[in-house]
Amino acid sequence: MAVSKNQLAPGISRLSRSKAFAKRAAYKITKVVPKAKTEAAPAKKAAPKRKGGKRLGDLVATLTYKKSEMAPANVLTAPKAGRKALRSPKLRQSITPGTVLILLAGRFRGKRVVFLKQLKSGLLLVTGPFKINGVPLRRVNQAYAIATSTKVDLTGFSVDAKFDDAYFKHEEQAKLKGTEEEFFGAKAQKKEHPAHRIADQKTADKDVLAAVAKVPYLASYLNSHFSLSKGQAPHTLKF
Amino acid sequence: MQGSFKRLVEVGRVVLITHGEDAGKIATIVDIVDHNRAIVDGPTTDVKRQIITYKNVVLTDIVVKGLPRTIGTKALAKFLEKEQVVEAWQKTAWAQKLEARKRRANMSDFDRFKLMRLKKQQRDIVNRQSAVLRKERA
Repeated sequence: MAVSKNQLAPGISRLSRSKAFAKRAAYKITKVVPKAKTEAAPAKKAAPKRKGGKRLGDLVATLTYKKSEMAPANVLTAPKAGRKALRSPKLRQSITPGTVLILLAGRFRGKRVVFLKQLKSGLLLVTGPFKINGVPLRRVNQAYAIATSTKVDLTGFSVDAKFDDAYFKHEEQAKLKGTEEEFFGAKAQKKEHPAHRIADQKTADKDVLAAVAKVPYLASYLNSHFSLSKGQAPHTLKF
Repeated sequence: MQGSFKRLVEVGRVVLITHGEDAGKIATIVDIVDHNRAIVDGPTTDVKRQIITYKNVVLTDIVVKGLPRTIGTKALAKFLEKEQVVEAWQKTAWAQKLEARKRRANMSDFDRFKLMRLKKQQRDIVNRQSAVLRKERA
């Protein structure tokens, strides 16, 4: 049996749905959303009833009845309403305030930091402390951190409530690259680190630093990088 | 003692179990079943009386002398305590090496860091001293 070149086998398209979409350049087509279903639907032709006087005529009509109402071509299926609620991820049991975490991704990967609390978004608020290893107050995804069994004693220490997700949000800056201003020599201004952040860092780190100083070797431990040496496999190690 | 074998499968021979639930514990051969299996018992090391294949066992140098064949568990415990078998085992370099390996595997990340630091210090002291000695000799 001859198979069309667009098909791998009868009924199986050579192109996937998304590939076909790209080929057809369907993204260029603006979608026409029907105004309302009732308006779009043409007037219905009632199916003839079987019962009645002219039996034969009715029977013919019934047997040859075709639904004339076809689905309008421009009807779009309504997107399925999501039923999942957005919940912040659960904090891993091994992570409690004061736990030393090893960061695995991002700018500070390999650094050992102190966990302070979990924010509403589910991200972890950590600090280096900054003075010890240069890691500022920062949000971290717990999936990209190893929790160690080492804990910094943070009893009686409470994290300022102002450190929430909004606090860490970046201020959007208008893009300069490729604009007219850049062409005529305007240069991007380097943002200065806001002074209140520096002050916040200091106040937040104060108690953590004091707690760290009480344990011998802990400060230099936090200052050191994590790395695997020969023969070490992370899944066999105890942290 | 026969030929070049120094450790023989015999009643009273203390063995180290290497596989299974009791891996890492020592037990004593109480009776020999056949050329593949023996009955071992370890009342002082939490090993239940059982038939075990020699494949899952390593013979040690320790032998409980004068142990009668198929001795009961309670009587065996008295023998082992009298001969201080567990203490004798713990004194061997073999047992100490196993213990060290276990301790090292259970170290936390911070422990490993501290070990590294202390080893550095030790190395420093040794190197300084050896440098002094080398100078004296030269």
